[in-house]
Amino acid sequence: MTPVAAPPVLPLSEISAVFCLLLILLVPFTGTGLALVNTGLGGARSAAHSILAALCVMAVAALVYVIVGYAWQGAPGHPDHALVVAGKAWGWIAAEPFFLRGRRLDLSPSALTILLQMFSVGLAGLIPLSSGADRWRLGAICASTALLAGFTYPLFAHWVWGGGWLAELGVNCGLGRGFIDGGGSSAIQVVGGLTALSITWILGPRRGKFSAEGMPAALPGHNAVLVFLGCTLAWIGWIALNSAGAILFLSAETGRVVLIAVNTTLCAAASTLGAAVVTRIRFGRPDASLSANGWIAGLVASSAAAAFLKPAAAIFVGGVAGILVVTSADFLEFQLAIDDPGGAVSVHAVAGLWGILAVALLADTGPGRQWIAQLAGVATLLGFVLPLTYGLNWLLDRIYRQRVDREGELQGMDLFELGSGAYPEFDIRGDEFLQR
Amino acid sequence: MKIAGFLLLIAGWAIVVAAVALLPSSGARFGFVFAGVAVELFGLTLAVRAHLVLPAEGE
Repeated sequence: MTPVAAPPVLPLSEISAVFCLLLILLVPFTGTGLALVNTGLGGARSAAHSILAALCVMAVAALVYVIVGYAWQGAPGHPDHALVVAGKAWGWIAAEPFFLRGRRLDLSPSALTILLQMFSVGLAGLIPLSSGADRWRLGAICASTALLAGFTYPLFAHWVWGGGWLAELGVNCGLGRGFIDGGGSSAIQVVGGLTALSITWILGPRRGKFSAEGMPAALPGHNAVLVFLGCTLAWIGWIALNSAGAILFLSAETGRVVLIAVNTTLCAAASTLGAAVVTRIRFGRPDASLSANGWIAGLVASSAAAAFLKPAAAIFVGGVAGILVVTSADFLEFQLAIDDPGGAVSVHAVAGLWGILAVALLADTGPGRQWIAQLAGVATLLGFVLPLTYGLNWLLDRIYRQRVDREGELQGMDLFELGSGAYPEFDIRGDEFLQR
Repeated sequence: MKIAGFLLLIAGWAIVVAAVALLPSSGARFGFVFAGVAVELFGLTLAVRAHLVLPAEGE
């Protein structure tokens, strides 16, 4: 195992770098959007807690990533630790200093990557908030985010974006262009979605969610307007995220941003309509929250391949994502008894996995065995990231219980953990859905 | 069952990585990668079953 330097990325012209910087500065809208969606889909008595938790997640993620995370992730062309197998170097973790020491934070691609990743790691941390809504303690949220931002995310992101072994599958093994994910379907969305699955398993369902016979009760979100505002903000941020990712990680020219914006929008549009049609057939009328989830699922699925798809293919990718998110949410709740209030597992993990495979199925990436590279990425997410993130959160739960006390669930997270609610003018303590 | 499920997930990933790194033939590599993913799906099924909530626990 020796530190080796991967080939450097192509430098950006100053105009391209400034354009990329402006795109990156729009990415936090994605976080705002996801925070609003999470809050709207949660209970009214946990709304202030949800928003504060989102801010804490972004704060903890940025701090921990800068202190230790970037040291594990690194960037192409920077030194990393590699295992030599069959004469080829397989980079597995970066060898950068902590606290970004020695890094020039200017308009260079590696500095822009650091800025984008500071935001992206927060996005990954926001995803599990949705699945732990109404029962996840604030302290545990911060600790779990620190584990994600400090180790799980940087390690996988190094493999995909930092010149690690998944990115080098094309060079080392002749597998197409290596594992491709321009906007983070895998490193952001699926990593966050699998962490969300781990959190739902560790926390267990909300009180009153499943009846004595095992039938799930409907615990609807409290504010559809917040959800739809969140979807719109997320859309803006997502276009910027996909575009900046393609420029920095796939060396796409800046002119390709228009295609990426068109494809991202088409994916979201087709996915929303797909979800609305499926819920119309399934329940007799379109479901607002599942259709909104369809919008986010379309954005998630677009991230990996938006730079390579033709518009017609983007519509297909989005349509499938919309169908998947509804059927998956239904299956998880009714068959597997998983209580995921915001649908994070379906929206981010399932749609993200579909987006990764869509690269091999539909994207114009040139000749080569792209399928095997994409499957290797999927296998790594399921076989490495899921056990890792589950194990870390399980250990955390042993040390510091993650689920709130019974009293907290009955009172609502706002009053129990913060001492005041988001809507003080209204009496929202009564809850007809809660079995006392 | 939960531990067995997670061990199978890791084992499936190891099969995929080994196939990609060590097998030169495209056909064999594709077959072993699919086999590894199949092992992972079996492991995921076990992990999911281990986490099924009994009605009494859901209350």
